[in-house]
Amino acid sequence: MQPASSVAKQSEGMSEEHVLKFIARPYNQGHHRFAVTLASWTFLLLIAGALVTSNDAGLSVPDWPTSFGSWYKIPKLVGGVRFEHIHRMIAQVAGLLTLILAIWTWRVEKRRWLRILALAAVGTVIAQGILGGLTVLFYLPPAISSAHAALAQTFFCIAVVIALFTGRQWIEEQPRIEFDTRRPALFTLTLLSIFVLYVQLVLGAIFRHHGMSWWPHVVNAVVVSFVLTWTAIRALSLYAHIEAVRRPAMLMLSLLIAQLCLGFAAFLTRVAWGKDAAQPELPMVVSTVAHVAVGALLLATAVVLAIQVWRHVPVAFEERIPQAHQDPSAA
Amino acid sequence: MKKTCLAMMTVSLLFAISLLTACNKKENTEQSTNTTSEQQAAPAGAATPIDPATAAKVSGTVKFDGTAPKPAKIDMSQDPGCKGPNEAEAVVVEGGNLANVFVYVKDGLGSRTFDVPNDAVVLDQSGCKYHPHVLGVMAGQTVEIKNDDPTTHNIHPTPKDNREWNESQPPQAAPLQKNFAREEIMLPVKCNQHPWMKMYINVVKNPFFAVTDKSGKYEIKGLPPGDYTIAFVHEKLGEQDQKVTVAAKDTKTVDQTFKAGGM
Repeated sequence: MQPASSVAKQSEGMSEEHVLKFIARPYNQGHHRFAVTLASWTFLLLIAGALVTSNDAGLSVPDWPTSFGSWYKIPKLVGGVRFEHIHRMIAQVAGLLTLILAIWTWRVEKRRWLRILALAAVGTVIAQGILGGLTVLFYLPPAISSAHAALAQTFFCIAVVIALFTGRQWIEEQPRIEFDTRRPALFTLTLLSIFVLYVQLVLGAIFRHHGMSWWPHVVNAVVVSFVLTWTAIRALSLYAHIEAVRRPAMLMLSLLIAQLCLGFAAFLTRVAWGKDAAQPELPMVVSTVAHVAVGALLLATAVVLAIQVWRHVPVAFEERIPQAHQDPSAA
Repeated sequence: MKKTCLAMMTVSLLFAISLLTACNKKENTEQSTNTTSEQQAAPAGAATPIDPATAAKVSGTVKFDGTAPKPAKIDMSQDPGCKGPNEAEAVVVEGGNLANVFVYVKDGLGSRTFDVPNDAVVLDQSGCKYHPHVLGVMAGQTVEIKNDDPTTHNIHPTPKDNREWNESQPPQAAPLQKNFAREEIMLPVKCNQHPWMKMYINVVKNPFFAVTDKSGKYEIKGLPPGDYTIAFVHEKLGEQDQKVTVAAKDTKTVDQTFKAGGM
């Protein structure tokens, strides 16, 4: 935490109201770094989970919540056990980090909604752990395994937005606001992007867990490409001068291209060439795990873009404009 | 434009819902199949006697027509406890003869019932492979599963009509004793610790079955006279049936050929 004098110095030139707001929620570097650590750890956890599925190792440890009957003993990490047990260990640490972050947030954070979000993260990570257990106990039913995969990325998005909201830029910047009068509004497009990406995530997860064919995921990829390109082009063509909007929009477009290439590679290695493989081969494991990881980054980037658009480019309803102009830092 | 957005969201949502509904329908169908099989698996009463003096024999060779695919190589490097031949057994062809075909009397036995043998059928895990690769067993008969490897395996059958289970078996552990209550052909069994380990158990309600050896040969003995449908089932090449009539003490040769294009 910064000393009050330093805060006051930095806030020179601000109105009294802004200074009060600024002091009310000072940037806490340790708290933010911990939130970033949780988001990064969650990304690692996603990769570990994807490795379990790609190596068909989901049931190599047949029991849960124990591993081969033990709560603490680490089994010999060979074969599928290596992927499954390491995934469980990373998940346990993620749960612990989430709990610490929630307690820390409740102690230092003044924003009530952020404290609730940190609590929601704890609820999500518990639900995720239970889903992971159920998928083992019920022998990987597609519905539960797919829900486990979808909730994993939901949790990742929560961790990313907590890191965003605790960041220095979010707390200290005076948002530059431009009202969006076009229809559909950019904010609507970002919400649509999140929606189609989430549908895509669910379709991909059901396919990966043998709940349906590959084609709905591939067909929806066309819809996703269209919506995300539309959103990114709108953001970059009209609001490229707002850095907080430009950066996630650029990233979203780049990740979309990478994701399409990885999806094509995953399709070739797993569906076209690998259907008669005796075991999961390295190219199919690498391409599918990378496809899952980049998919998670893409979803999180779309969420960040939506939040930044909501803050910087709010929808201009006629009745809102006069009031919003009076308090441009409300977001 | 707003309408376009709403329309796209609605279409996407409906698309997802319809797919989920389709998945549920599939699950429901599977559940009803289970129920039907359970009803069929009801106790059948005393076995129908067969006069050994009239028993017939059906034997033959199963051939593979065409160029056999090269066996896929297995990479066992992820577990130092796994040592042995590293070729997959999905399609095993030697000199045009096809191994691992399950041959059984599919139809023609009417309402006859048969005693379940007291002897257990052995399934061994050795060299991180299942021996045998294809197994036949009567419904309710014990399958004794052994682990002769210096590493832990998990045995995980993924049936459609029987109960699914998944148990680990460390090195030198006591054999597992299992049985399957309902008839099911090509029931897959796998080890999730060693993903190349796959085999198939065939559960039938009569004792008239065999698995072709490396020379493609099989033999079914003790068959009462009658008209039968003999089914030949392969894990990759599917099922082919043949009608056969056997008289008392008959010895019939019934050969079958699978074509390479069937894969």
